[in-house]
Amino acid sequence: MTELGLRLAVSLTQIAAVTGIVIVTVLLLTLAERKVLGWMQDRMGPMEVGPYGILQPFADAIKLFFKEDLVPAGANKFLFTMAPILALIPALIGFAVIPWGPNVTYEIGGLSIKPFIISDINIGILYILAFASIGAYGIILGGWASNSKYSLLGGLRSAAQVISYELNVGLSIVGVLLIAGSLSLVKITDAQAGGFWNWYAFAFPAPQLFALVVYVISAVAETNRVPFDLPEAESELVAGFFTEYSGLRFAFFYLAEYANMVLVSCVATALFLGGWNAPYPGTLIGYLGLPSFAWVENTMWFAFKTYSFLFLFFWLRATLPRLRYDQLMRFGWKVMLPIALANIVVTALAVFFFG
Amino acid sequence: MAQLFFGYFAGVIAVTAVLVVALRNPIYSALSLLILFFHVAGLYVTLHAEFLAAVQLIVYAGAILVLYLFVVMLLNVKRDDRYHSQWRVAAFVCIPLLLEFLVLLAEGSTAPQLDRLPAEQAAGMGDNTMAIGTTLFTTYLFPFEVASLILLVAMIGAIILAKRDIGESRET
Repeated sequence: MTELGLRLAVSLTQIAAVTGIVIVTVLLLTLAERKVLGWMQDRMGPMEVGPYGILQPFADAIKLFFKEDLVPAGANKFLFTMAPILALIPALIGFAVIPWGPNVTYEIGGLSIKPFIISDINIGILYILAFASIGAYGIILGGWASNSKYSLLGGLRSAAQVISYELNVGLSIVGVLLIAGSLSLVKITDAQAGGFWNWYAFAFPAPQLFALVVYVISAVAETNRVPFDLPEAESELVAGFFTEYSGLRFAFFYLAEYANMVLVSCVATALFLGGWNAPYPGTLIGYLGLPSFAWVENTMWFAFKTYSFLFLFFWLRATLPRLRYDQLMRFGWKVMLPIALANIVVTALAVFFFG
Repeated sequence: MAQLFFGYFAGVIAVTAVLVVALRNPIYSALSLLILFFHVAGLYVTLHAEFLAAVQLIVYAGAILVLYLFVVMLLNVKRDDRYHSQWRVAAFVCIPLLLEFLVLLAEGSTAPQLDRLPAEQAAGMGDNTMAIGTTLFTTYLFPFEVASLILLVAMIGAIILAKRDIGESRET
């Protein structure tokens, strides 16, 4: 029983650490987004709170915390409260299967601990997809429970959009699964070791570059970010599904959106860009004679790749205007879906003949 | 332990399944169906069928139920009393089912527990995604292909039904 207790303690520590890192990343992102957008549009971004505005996220958090918590008249109070929680939990729960660093095992006091992997379940990627699809409920129910036209329209748009693009996310991943022969993110990442030419985005026999592009575009759509932010289109729907939300409940939706961005970036990194593997064989720290500290370099590569994807999100937001609703649907079903399907056929043939 | 989990999952499944038809607000019905899907997935996990559990969530909870909610919200059905107070029909269906259940319960203690074997076999095979894949494409290849053909026909039929007016307007 003590061993079980120790395991539980280790797992809880890991979960707390990962949740902490994700929340800190989200705080950073809220500032980084405004700063990056500011620089791209030749502005300064937030400058008031702290030097160069770096304390802005804390000011926002305090503001949201002390705002009045409104429930609109005629709203369904139960669902109105549940919706932000339903949006946030699936966004955070997916991080449980992400490999943050090398798949090494340390023996401490008879316990074997894998410090960078919370859990390695053999359906890792399906687990993430399953919970990503649950996240849509928060948005849909939030839109419905608010008893407001704009919220309802935002929720409906979100439902249609998430279903359309979830399909593309799933299909774009299939190519990688065909090459790797596994659904576990840990195994998929391990198989990409030894230089960037082994990453599935570039690997022989079937480079998954098209799949990567489809995945990234669909991921942007699934996280409701510009240019696919129709569920919260300011110019048409005030703020879409969270028009009526304020205070902490609004903060939950906000957190969920950014946590989802981090999650899809982590998945893209792990599936297509080698996860924590460096773009050259081995690690520099390993060559310097300190292989027990190689994890520092590996986790840094993981963070670098993930943040590059997150930067791409900001870049798209600064560059592209919002799509119209019919354009969104036509693009999803008539452009993205055929590319993803063709990629599966080509990859399957390539793996069959050269794999 | 396994019995405890089964009891919990089965109990919640039974209660939410009743709630789906008993609740008057269609949104609440859909939500209890969501809880039901989660617990069915939980049952699959206790049977070491993780792949089925994930697919259950992705297909039913992630796609089909979202479409239900979409339709319910689009039509803005606040509550629908048309299908309630059908006690006679309900009794007519329920009494045979109840009898059947009692008969099965009476016989169940003597019948061999066949359902135990597949779960342990599946656990022994390790990667059940691969096991399902090989079984589908070897033993059950023909039913698999037939099912996909039927689905394709259904899909084409749905498109033709939905697009009927467009074809007619073009002909005239």
